[in-house]
Amino acid sequence: MGLSLPAVPVFRIRARSGWAALNLAEVWAYRDVLWMLALRDIKLRYRQTALGIVWVVLQPLLAGLIFSVIFGRFAKLPSEGQPYLLFVFAGLMGWNLFNGVMQRAGNSLVAESKLITKVYFPRLIIPLAGALSALVDFTVAMVLMVVLLIVHHTWSGVWLALLPLALLVNLTLAVGLGLWVSALNVRYRDFMYALPFLLQIWMYASPVVYGLSLVPVQLRPWFALNPMSGVLEAFRQALLGASALDGWTIAATVCGAVLALASGAIYFRRVEQEFAEHL
Amino acid sequence: MDDVAIRVEGLGKRFRLRHTSSGPHYRTLREDLLGLPRRLFAGLCGQRDGREEFWALKGVSFEVKRGEVLGIIGRNGAGKSTLLKVLSRIIDPTCGEANVQGRIGSLLEVGTGFHPELTGRENIFLSGALLGMRRDEVRRRFDEIVAFAGVEKFIDTVCKHYSSGMYARLGFAVAAHLDAEILLVDEVLAVGDAEFRDRCQAKMRNVVESRGRSVVVVSHDPALVRSLCDRAVWLDGGRVRTIGSASEALHAYYESRLSETGRITDAIERIAPGFVIERVTLNGSESRRVLIARDQRVIEIEVVGTLSGCFRVALEVRLYDSSGAVLAFFSPGHDSGRVCDYGAGPFRLFYKMRLPRLLRGDFALALELTDPNIQGWVTFGQSIHLEVEGTNVGSGILVAGAHCGWQMLDCAEDSERNEVQRSDLDPGSLNSIDALDTGHGGLQS
Repeated sequence: MGLSLPAVPVFRIRARSGWAALNLAEVWAYRDVLWMLALRDIKLRYRQTALGIVWVVLQPLLAGLIFSVIFGRFAKLPSEGQPYLLFVFAGLMGWNLFNGVMQRAGNSLVAESKLITKVYFPRLIIPLAGALSALVDFTVAMVLMVVLLIVHHTWSGVWLALLPLALLVNLTLAVGLGLWVSALNVRYRDFMYALPFLLQIWMYASPVVYGLSLVPVQLRPWFALNPMSGVLEAFRQALLGASALDGWTIAATVCGAVLALASGAIYFRRVEQEFAEHL
Repeated sequence: MDDVAIRVEGLGKRFRLRHTSSGPHYRTLREDLLGLPRRLFAGLCGQRDGREEFWALKGVSFEVKRGEVLGIIGRNGAGKSTLLKVLSRIIDPTCGEANVQGRIGSLLEVGTGFHPELTGRENIFLSGALLGMRRDEVRRRFDEIVAFAGVEKFIDTVCKHYSSGMYARLGFAVAAHLDAEILLVDEVLAVGDAEFRDRCQAKMRNVVESRGRSVVVVSHDPALVRSLCDRAVWLDGGRVRTIGSASEALHAYYESRLSETGRITDAIERIAPGFVIERVTLNGSESRRVLIARDQRVIEIEVVGTLSGCFRVALEVRLYDSSGAVLAFFSPGHDSGRVCDYGAGPFRLFYKMRLPRLLRGDFALALELTDPNIQGWVTFGQSIHLEVEGTNVGSGILVAGAHCGWQMLDCAEDSERNEVQRSDLDPGSLNSIDALDTGHGGLQS
């Protein structure tokens, strides 16, 4: 053997028992795969749909307009003193990101069953790539939001600094739950059909079309147990400078998001080794 | 440094099968929730639910040396693919372990991660990443990959417009340029045209010889194992039956296959959707053991079944000696372009095949229904044991230069019999081809 030979990696294949470590170092080593898969999802979505990018703009805009006619004009829901379109669009941005990450990450493992049974890489990458591709929609919605803010001469000032934090908590929660859903989808195929229904209900249970201020004060601590309440109110606070965010809601939301991510990652690791056999 | 690339010790893999009456079954949440009380009760009473355990691999131990090509042979369901999947880390073993020194590249399919809506260029980067190449590595070897696949002109075309050959070539080209110390290959060489197959084999040989890499290859093709592999492992029912030189292992494997009994239809290894095979007879018998006299040169093969759509179907037969080497090939579809299109409904193929002059001994026949050069429909493997009786004047094949290449076999000339066969048929309900070759009988090389 020549001296110039690079050190060869040595590893041992054996049965894994119980709770395995998360091994983020390995995910990092395979970051190219994460990037290529996310890139593929994004390319495919814009290439396969005729309207392409127009569709991504139109979707939240139309939803925002419909909601402002029904809930703003007809039902006259209060909107923290802001134009209702801005109010609902800020909420929709947060919700659509959560919804997109949940759906893409959730269905990702089943959709990639061909890859999972044919090649090895850390399985965590698949739902993460799904989540990453959902961020593109968010970016488009963000641009749209900026346009709306300029049109309405609205500026939240220093509150804008809250946006990255709200985004982070939103992603933590969505990815955590997305990991749960993706793993459950592999085991229980009927879960796939239940998810859109559950998300629909969840949306109306969260302050998307209404503000948390509409909820009676004595019920608010209970509402805060839904982590999306805090996330959506934080989006409004950051973008519009007004919301009913309070300390208890923030604490419950952050705790909920961290718990979701930690438990999701642990459960995913636990069942990861069975994916190739179930698919 | 140790000269062992992979050391496998006592490897075992257990699957749990669920018994269901209707086809493939996925667990549903509803069932699990509703079944929870029953399962708890069954658990308390010490009963097991309707699951059966099945060891796909058991106590498998072997070594792959650096710079060696190891073949894995065995019949379908022997655990070959499971072994490759465990070594590729796609599934975890239940017990035992494998120590691997070096980066593993696994080629369990051609075009890993290829997406038909992406361009050739995009697919190279995606597939390369999935196989474990860094992006700059792919970039560096990009031109080489494209040239090897011969798709320069179409590299920015969406892959769904590729021919299946181009698709397969590009898929293999990416994998062939993977800088892994160990390659795991699952029959992917069986794609593409003969010229490309040769190029792949040459490439693999080259990789092994020039750079001291190791290759583990699973194959059904004894010719490939013989030509490519230094040693081979014969897996049978998840256990290692023989480890030895490629020809030793192949010999042991074919000895055992020749002693199998049963009906020919039991030996179907692969069947395309839309095909139902009801009966296959050789000289009128459905048995997998066929005894023929030494001077009997013509055998009759009949295949009867049902199609659920329109297919172009022809019969191919390969003749093997007892060590698994191919002696001869019979395919009027290739030879004289005689193919037949069949509509939905019952179909019948009837061929008379002229054998080479065989001496006393054991031979095997492999049948296949194909659309010649395009696609295989039904594969029977080396399933028919042909025993040739005769006086003891040595055994084997009585043709000079038999080991220099395959012979093409002809249809037998026997028009009288064919007329009889034809009148037996109900022309309204049965599709049929009766092979009728008026060319001279005998051998061509």
